[in-house]
Amino acid sequence: MTTLLAMDWGPLWLTMQLAGVTVVVLLALGTPLAWWLAFTKSRMRTPVEAVVALPLVLPPTVLGFYLLTAMGPHGPVGGPWKAFTGSALSFTFTGLVIASTLYSLPFVVQPLQGAFEAVGTKPMEVARSLRASRLDAFFTVASPMALRGYVSAIVLGFAHTLGEFGVVLMVGGNIPGVTKVLSIAIYDHVESLEYTQAHVLSAALLVLSFLILTIVYAINRRLPVRAA
Amino acid sequence: MRQLTARFRCDYPGVRFDIECALPLEGTTALCGVSGSGKTTLLRWIAGLPPAASGFLSFAGDVWQDDARKIFVPIERRRVGVVFQEPLLFPHLNVEDNLAYGMKRTPPSHRRIAFEQVIEMLGLAPFLQRRTQRLSGGEQRRVSIGRALLTSPQLLLMDEPLAFLDQERKREIFPFIGWLNRELGIPVVYVSHDLNEVLQLARHVVLMKRGSIAAAGPVQDIFARPDLPELAESNVVGAVLDTRIAEHEPQFGLTRVEFFGRSLFIPQQDLPVGASLRIQIPACDVSVTTDLQPASGSALNVLEATVVEIGQTPGNGHAVDVTLDAGRPLLARITRKSCQRLNLNVGQKVHAHFKAVALHS
Amino acid sequence: MGAEEPKRRARMAGGLSGCLSVFVLCLCPPSAAAEEVRVAVATNFAATLGEIVTNFERDTGHAVVVSSGSSGAIYAQIRHGAPFDVFFSADAMRPKRLEEEGFAVCGSRRTYAVGRLTLWSATPGAVKEDGRSTLSGHFEHLAMANPGTAPYGAASKQTLQALGLWNHVRDRIVQGENIGQTFQFVVSHNARLGFVALSQALHSSVRGTGSRWDVPAHLHAPLRQQAVLLVNGRHNAAATALLDYVQEEQSRTIIERVGYGIE
Repeated sequence: MTTLLAMDWGPLWLTMQLAGVTVVVLLALGTPLAWWLAFTKSRMRTPVEAVVALPLVLPPTVLGFYLLTAMGPHGPVGGPWKAFTGSALSFTFTGLVIASTLYSLPFVVQPLQGAFEAVGTKPMEVARSLRASRLDAFFTVASPMALRGYVSAIVLGFAHTLGEFGVVLMVGGNIPGVTKVLSIAIYDHVESLEYTQAHVLSAALLVLSFLILTIVYAINRRLPVRAA
Repeated sequence: MRQLTARFRCDYPGVRFDIECALPLEGTTALCGVSGSGKTTLLRWIAGLPPAASGFLSFAGDVWQDDARKIFVPIERRRVGVVFQEPLLFPHLNVEDNLAYGMKRTPPSHRRIAFEQVIEMLGLAPFLQRRTQRLSGGEQRRVSIGRALLTSPQLLLMDEPLAFLDQERKREIFPFIGWLNRELGIPVVYVSHDLNEVLQLARHVVLMKRGSIAAAGPVQDIFARPDLPELAESNVVGAVLDTRIAEHEPQFGLTRVEFFGRSLFIPQQDLPVGASLRIQIPACDVSVTTDLQPASGSALNVLEATVVEIGQTPGNGHAVDVTLDAGRPLLARITRKSCQRLNLNVGQKVHAHFKAVALHS
Repeated sequence: MGAEEPKRRARMAGGLSGCLSVFVLCLCPPSAAAEEVRVAVATNFAATLGEIVTNFERDTGHAVVVSSGSSGAIYAQIRHGAPFDVFFSADAMRPKRLEEEGFAVCGSRRTYAVGRLTLWSATPGAVKEDGRSTLSGHFEHLAMANPGTAPYGAASKQTLQALGLWNHVRDRIVQGENIGQTFQFVVSHNARLGFVALSQALHSSVRGTGSRWDVPAHLHAPLRQQAVLLVNGRHNAAATALLDYVQEEQSRTIIERVGYGIE
């Protein structure tokens, strides 16, 4: 009990924030991307699909290494960013959000793409023949019909970001309250032979993930619309 | 007369589309042809749905598409109603919300059809709160038609709306399409591969063949043309006449109808005197005599006619198709032997004897 | 069932490691004089040890299989039965613990190298001759290894405390989980300054670039890197021979050349 009270719960809170912000960013970016992938006839589709899936097969450290290079003050992303905002992206919460967004991209884009493909173009055509604009039709017809895809995307994106380690390790810098997320804190405890604290945090992450998944699957089961 | 003018040229793998047509914006126009002839594609171009094709399209003078001037009015601003092959109801909305989806997006100033009117006409009142998945195929179809109508379209496009429905369901919906024309003045362009259906519903016919238009015109003219293999090989070829009920003769079980001042007898109809009725005279039911004494046979209907053309019946070497002019075009399919025996010539006066059947719509 | 489960797992694990040893035996035919020694080495010393091992194999005919990893990971693996004969750690604490816990042979522990800390920047001129003024000056990030888990991190913290600058810079510190990652932060310019190992700053890929201030050894506790003979290698003559070989003159020359001190 004393351990629980004395524990630093900051990393857990920070991790939740990171996962939450990342999922919001991913939905905003992933929705148009998934839509394009689902319906485009462009030759670029296959290469883009492959790029989106890269984080699935690349070790997180590879992605982390490239991100560290790209987001540094001399990097192709970090350089202009620094010129614009005054500081580079590495070792910042924003940097972690960007890294997590790339890292979890396939976990959001793929379920959405699948759901959009299952919905198909016909409901959109019907909606537009009923005077709905493209956006209106998307929000009132295609996305409600793809609701299950959205639930999967949110859960997978959130859960995958919660558990992310390798990328954060590479670009985070372990700054308490900014980039010291749960998985890093657990790693540090293990490295420092503080097994009790490692157990407590690991158990917290485990229970949390279990609860989120359970709630979401329960909700999903009750959803009337099945994208089939 | 208000027209829809369409010109499209487009190459697809295997098909070259080369379409030029002017469809009258009154009554029902049927697009027919075998599958793959391009009827659905043309319908989608008129609606403004992909795949895109370059060309020109105007509706009663409003230009909807003109690639030369880079004009393309998107579907939601064309004010067309589209009834697709499948009902495609929105599964996340109940019947009432499906019906209201398009109406909500139609400005009140454009609304000419009341919700209650459509509900009543289509008999949808009992289903309004139901989930769409719990409707039968015919009910879903009616909802999809109602949904399109509630946008008060200036043109209704229907892609085989009766496909996959049994005869009983078709009979539910048939009268409704006529009602649209008559009561609401909404022109309908309608894709069908079922010529019997077309015969019953359409006022105009566009016959498509491998991406271009083989023939177009009033249904009476098209169905009386023996030179169109699509029609000739089916049993529906023959004259179509729009008539008016003149009197009933219940003692004989007959009804007399009139067209162009001529009378015909058909089996008794359950319609008031003065009502209009479309009848068909199938070419194989018409016989020809050169003996000009009237009423010498058992056939009730005898019309004086002039031979306009004699042609080989497509796909049948032993028959000929004789086109006659009896005020309206009439078609007789007779054996080659009869033709020789009668020594028929173009311009010759003959009598046509036939039975007529009513086409209910 | 509660009691059955661990037993079953133990049997499975036994079966698995049995298979592995058979596999390893097949691959390595036994030889009378020459023996094989399995060595675990901390990543930061792996390349240097490789050079020494090449000489060792040439001089003695013994065969050496080298595995590298973080000292913490190797320590945990040894405690869980990893089949290593010798362990070259990046610190003194873990070999000492292994000795106390009975996983290493008592009295075999020795310091093979002393790590040297340097304040390094990939930018020439960024680090002045005086480290204190450099650290008091303007910079966005100072990279160092995690003081809680990495010996170089602890030494970096002690140095900053000895200079009285710990509180001054602590908000600008970014931590690598190990000294290798810390070096990566600096070489990629993500951190302008960083406390790294001298051996890294002298590595051929960056030698002569950037700027550095070698931290005087008295500012932090010595970074003793110790090696120890593990219980596994107790009767392995080659293992003892290797431990001795590393302390011979020609090996010491190599160790000093790459940037370590010798005690």
